Amino acid sequence: MLKESTREIQKMDKGNLPAVPEQTRPGPIYTPAVDIFENDDRISLLADLPGVLAKDLKIDLRDNVLTLSAQVTRPESANETTILFEYESGTFFRQFTLSEVIDQAKIDAKLTDGVLKLELPKLERARPRQITVKVS
Amino acid sequence: MLLRRVWPSRPAFENPFAELDQLRREMLRMFDTVAGNDSAREISAGVFPPMNVAQDDNNFYVRAEVPGISAKDLSISALRNRVSISGKRVIPQENERVSYHRKERAEGEFSRTVTLPGEVVADRVEARYSDGILALTLPKAEEAKPRQIAVKN
Repeated sequence: MLKESTREIQKMDKGNLPAVPEQTRPGPIYTPAVDIFENDDRISLLADLPGVLAKDLKIDLRDNVLTLSAQVTRPESANETTILFEYESGTFFRQFTLSEVIDQAKIDAKLTDGVLKLELPKLERARPRQITVKVS
Repeated sequence: MLLRRVWPSRPAFENPFAELDQLRREMLRMFDTVAGNDSAREISAGVFPPMNVAQDDNNFYVRAEVPGISAKDLSISALRNRVSISGKRVIPQENERVSYHRKERAEGEFSRTVTLPGEVVADRVEARYSDGILALTLPKAEEAKPRQIAVKN
């Protein structure tokens, strides 16, 4: 059986969002691919955001809705002419509703090589607890 | 011969309708966005990573979207007018017990070759990887550069 890591990557199309958030800037909006996983004390989110600089990334959490939005500035200089055009740069946008209560003060976000890692620690009271049944 | 020097590349690339073509694409994209289709699918070769190739008088520029790869896992080679990019994207395993809500990010190997419209100087190719974008600057070979020809009278 092939190991998971030796598989070939399939090219995925950037999900094009037909203007769910209203825009003030023209340009396409893309949905980044994400991994979300959870353990007992936190929820972690990984998002592919190629071309995004830390200063252009906005993470917003209010009323249990987590919003990621990022603006990508195109790196081309003016005197270049395009020969092949396969991806467009635009805005990345995605929203999530979080069911758990998140400790807003301890959210940690790191952006490395175009991948965002967001750690959302759960509040103490939202953590699952082991309940021991006492024998009377 | 003179013509070949002015347009050293294949004529398809130096198409005088390139701008019109671009306009057409933009318009199609606009229509598709309204209709809710994803238009990038039609243009791309369907191979990871998606690439944009551009040129100016001196260089070709290849840019590819490859988020989350360490530079040591990327290998790039250039020969005459072909550039190959290959590598491996590894998503580190979570060692603790976690349960997934979403798993959309792909991992695995990739390899892609593009043919440029002119030859490049392979030993002066520069590659930079930052913020998930791989950017190659490929200097054009002398004979692939456009030339100004002075008219004598």
